[in-house]
Amino acid sequence: MEVPILKQGDVLIATIQAALTDADILHLRTALIHQVVRSRSRGVIIDVTALDVMDSFASRTLREVAHMIRLRGAETVIVGIQPEVAFSMVQLGLTMVDVSTALDLEEGLAYLNQKFKANS
Amino acid sequence: MEQETRVPISLDKDIVDARQKGRSIALALGFSSGDATLVATAISELARNIVSYARCGEIVIQVIHGSPRLGIQVTAHDEGPGIHDVQQALRDGFSTSGSLGLGLPGVKRLMDEFQVDSEEDRGTTVIIKKWKR
Repeated sequence: MEVPILKQGDVLIATIQAALTDADILHLRTALIHQVVRSRSRGVIIDVTALDVMDSFASRTLREVAHMIRLRGAETVIVGIQPEVAFSMVQLGLTMVDVSTALDLEEGLAYLNQKFKANS
Repeated sequence: MEQETRVPISLDKDIVDARQKGRSIALALGFSSGDATLVATAISELARNIVSYARCGEIVIQVIHGSPRLGIQVTAHDEGPGIHDVQQALRDGFSTSGSLGLGLPGVKRLMDEFQVDSEEDRGTTVIIKKWKR
C-alpha cells in the first residue's frame, strides 16, 4: 500500500491510509526524503490518523524520517496519533522524543506556518 | 468464534495479518478498543522478532477461560537461534539487532502475563496473556 504524498506550497503532506507493512514504511521514508529534495520543501506532515498500531519499527522509522528531513533544513510534524495508539506507545517505551507532533492536519499546518514565519 | 487462530509468520505482511487478527479477536471478546490496541501492538512486536531473528515461525491466538474472566493468549513460537541470555533480553535497553532494545520488556508491560522459554539453537516460545477488564 503506497502512501500518497501531496505538495501544498512549501509543505509535503503524506497521509497514511491503511495498515503499513515494514516494506511500505521504508518505502515511505525513501519517497519522502527524495521528494523533500526535489520540491525544496520546508515542511513535511505525516498523517497517521488511520494507523491503529504504531509498533517499535514504525515509530523508529518515522523518527528517522523526521531526523533526516531536519538535516535537509526542513521540519516534520507527525499528526493524528490516536489516543489508544499513544497509550500503547508509551507503555512500550516509544516516546518520539525530539519529533514534533500535532493533533491533526490543520494544527500541523498551523504549527509549520508559525515556524516558517519565525524563521523568515 | 474460533477458540484458536494460527498465523504462520515469515514475511513482513504476516506481521500485519497477525496483529489485525489479534485485534479483531480481542474486540469480538468484548475487550475495550484500548486493550485491543495493546494486544495488537504486542503481537506486532513478537511477530517481528520472529521475522528478524528466526525468519519463520507461528503466532497462535487463543481464547482462554479464567474464572471468572475471559482472556486472550498469544503464543509466538519459532525454531530459530534462541535467546542466549533470557534475563538480559528482559532488561530494558538490551538489543542484539540494533533495534531500540525495548522488545521483550515493552511487550511485558503491554500485557497482564508474560512468559518466555528459549533454548539456544532450538528456538523461542513467548506466551502472553491479557484478561478482559
